[in-house]
Amino acid sequence: MVRVILRRLIQLVVTLIALMTLVFFWLRRLPGGPVDALLGERATPQTRELLTRALGYDQPIWVQYGRFLKNVVTGDFGNSIRTGEPVMDVISRSFPATIELAIAAIIIAIGLGIPLGYLAARHRGRLLDNATIIVTLIGISIPIFFLGYLLKDWLTQDIHFFPPSGRITTGLNNTDVTGFFVLDGLLTRELDASADALWHLVLPAFTLATIPLAIIIRITRASVLDVLDEDYIRTADAKGLRNATIRKRHVLRNALLPVVTTIGLQTGALLAGAVLTEKVYNWGGLGTLITDSISGSRDYPVLQALILLAAVVYIVVNLLVDLSYAIIDPRVRVQ
Amino acid sequence: MRASGMQARRLRTVIAAGAIAALTIGAAGCAESDRDGGGKGKAATGGTFIFAGAGDPKNFDPIFNDDGESFRPIRQMYDTLITHKTGTAELEGGLAESWSNDPTGKIWTFKLRQGVKFHDGTALDAAAVCANFDRWYNMKGEAAQSQMIYYTDIFGGFAGSPDAVYDNCKAPDASTAVVTMKKYKGAFPGAFTLTAFSIASPTAMKKYGADTVTQNGDSFSYSAFANEHPTGTGAFTFGGWNKATGEITLNKNPDYWGDKAKVDKTIIKIIKDENTRKQELRAGTVQAIDFPAPADRKALAGEGYKVLDRPAFNILYLGINQKNPKLKDLRVRQAIAYALNRAQLVQTKGPGGSAVADEFLPNSVLGYAPDVQKYEYNVDRAKQLLAEAGATGLTLNFYYPTEVSRPYMPNPQEIFTVLANDLQAAGIKVNGVPRPWNGGFKDDVQQFGKQDLHILGWTGDYNDPGNFVGTFFGRAKTEFGDASMTEMFTAIGKADATVDPAAKKAAFEQVNRDLAAKWLPAVPIWHAPPALVTTKNVEGLVPSPLTAEKFNTVSLTK
Repeated sequence: MVRVILRRLIQLVVTLIALMTLVFFWLRRLPGGPVDALLGERATPQTRELLTRALGYDQPIWVQYGRFLKNVVTGDFGNSIRTGEPVMDVISRSFPATIELAIAAIIIAIGLGIPLGYLAARHRGRLLDNATIIVTLIGISIPIFFLGYLLKDWLTQDIHFFPPSGRITTGLNNTDVTGFFVLDGLLTRELDASADALWHLVLPAFTLATIPLAIIIRITRASVLDVLDEDYIRTADAKGLRNATIRKRHVLRNALLPVVTTIGLQTGALLAGAVLTEKVYNWGGLGTLITDSISGSRDYPVLQALILLAAVVYIVVNLLVDLSYAIIDPRVRVQ
Repeated sequence: MRASGMQARRLRTVIAAGAIAALTIGAAGCAESDRDGGGKGKAATGGTFIFAGAGDPKNFDPIFNDDGESFRPIRQMYDTLITHKTGTAELEGGLAESWSNDPTGKIWTFKLRQGVKFHDGTALDAAAVCANFDRWYNMKGEAAQSQMIYYTDIFGGFAGSPDAVYDNCKAPDASTAVVTMKKYKGAFPGAFTLTAFSIASPTAMKKYGADTVTQNGDSFSYSAFANEHPTGTGAFTFGGWNKATGEITLNKNPDYWGDKAKVDKTIIKIIKDENTRKQELRAGTVQAIDFPAPADRKALAGEGYKVLDRPAFNILYLGINQKNPKLKDLRVRQAIAYALNRAQLVQTKGPGGSAVADEFLPNSVLGYAPDVQKYEYNVDRAKQLLAEAGATGLTLNFYYPTEVSRPYMPNPQEIFTVLANDLQAAGIKVNGVPRPWNGGFKDDVQQFGKQDLHILGWTGDYNDPGNFVGTFFGRAKTEFGDASMTEMFTAIGKADATVDPAAKKAAFEQVNRDLAAKWLPAVPIWHAPPALVTTKNVEGLVPSPLTAEKFNTVSLTK
């Protein structure tokens, strides 16, 4: 087990260094740049020159790269070009927003997905099964962007049920403790703010959950069907074991392995999906930060840190998934 | 709608409370929510006015900013020496009750308002005004200087620079500030109205280290003054910037020297997506939005929202790059002008209140000439001119920006399509070249001059013709590839250097006539008034041609 973790950590470091280099040079090859983005239409050529010098872009690219590597190694990702704040401050503010959204989405996806998939399999070929297949197909096919706008139009504009965007009602005071608004409200006993934040979370989380939910339902269904056809289930049945015992011990446990893999993969997809969902709902998390940093100001320091962060999250999540295999299926431990 | 809103609210509270109960023991039933917060005014005064902005401000130190989203909150917290009459581009006293200049145009004397206090309680006097001018001029460090875009543009440079326009500022008495320039600059007095040149409290600037702009790797960080303690004389004081929720809170300044704010609080809520801004307005969670899409204006007005048109203070033009030898011929440029059916473009694609532009500045600006040569739509004339110039079968690369919407150019792609069709009809073949605004368009057009034609425009900063025609055509620019048009540069330079207002007016009128008839480095397309939309209960928000609305006049009715 320790060797597995160690190997993964080495992989992580190598991946990060390669990614950092790639990102650094890729960003600088993009047309336009921070100087352009910061200056707008009014700057004189002198200002352009001054800014280029002040930002150090007049130096050779390898000098810039060396400076960047040195800073990263010392944990300094620099300051946001746009706001001047330390990059880590910007990210640590946006990170909880996205994680809160992603956790809510994954809770919805797992909480609904596994039972629904299981039920569909148990009722194979019947109405519930057919309905589930159709609904999941729709869920997978609709682009998040479109679904987000559709839900928003219907539920916030037509029937005024949910708030259209944001994480909390404008002007409502909430004390920032962890950055997770729902949790913060509970910690500080501002239950009003907590309820409000939770209410704002419902629609974006559901939008973000659609694709993983549909996938988890389908994988669970397929996997349960496979297991139900296995000989040992028939044996267990023949031995006269209770149905509930068979379901819990044999069917679900064995069917969950591919589902867990899917959940791991979907966590990465959730981060990508968050970019679109956050845009639709003005969510103010990492997704928003990524789009703003690329299209708005070419905020290199923020972008570099964000891409590294995404890679770390992805790799760590996959490591956790692999470790959870071992817990679910003891055979993995032996291998 | 209100009744169903109430029901929904109750239901929401119940569901939300239930959900929380599932998360923590003992929390159920306690989530009685007043989610309106301070959002809705119950009377004609007081309450919170929530305005949806389209982007993050940079910081709140006026001199380090040059964009509208930063200027919106700054404008509520600070005042300038000279300002504009509400709703117009006409100059009137701000912190200075009156101003005058000597015949050389180099010495500006400001008579300051009495009894004005900064938010930190210190007095606004001539010494404070001079401290601001001296601070700008003596700013040290490339990091700080590179962020003073308006200062560099207007004042030429900093202490020690041969291009510097500023010389000194004297305070003969507490209420008189005398600013002396090294040379005359046509931008004044208009440029004194620029939000970047707002007067800040010298005490606060010193206390919070306003000048410490430090460079760290690729970027800069600003002082506590710029981020947490902006201190001006304005109608609102700084209440905070919650970056996690994207809310800038401004509190009413009870000691304001002018018309005190009618609302207790203003919140500028940053919502970057245009569609979401509209939805928030419809949901009643914000009371005003900026820059609605042209297509939404009618619908919103029909639903009872107030669509407030700003008088147009901008210009969209079709730039012509004379680096292409064919385009050096005036007849070809005139043919392009005749080929464009601008009246129809305004009708089909222009935001409400748009008008065809015949010159490069709006008619509220000094030097506007009513009698310039006009290019009415005439395809035959266009073809004839092309034939005379031997330029039949012309093929031109037409650059237009993507991923951008500007007040003067809400949808570049649509504008390009119409213009390109017009040109094709006159026999000019057009290769459309779309480029992202910050990812190639500005570079290709303004730095490298790769285009033959392009669309671009400008919103005026202050009321001066030099701010329009001077900015575009006052010097050789890659954008127009017109390095040899020295006659044009000289004429604009001369007009700009004329001190006497009447003579300056005449000189710029002639410039505008010549621009249309003799030089034609570009074709003016339209003036498009950008709009604001508010809910019915917002009173007193006066649209400004310079998009410089102040919120102290806003009140909320029931």
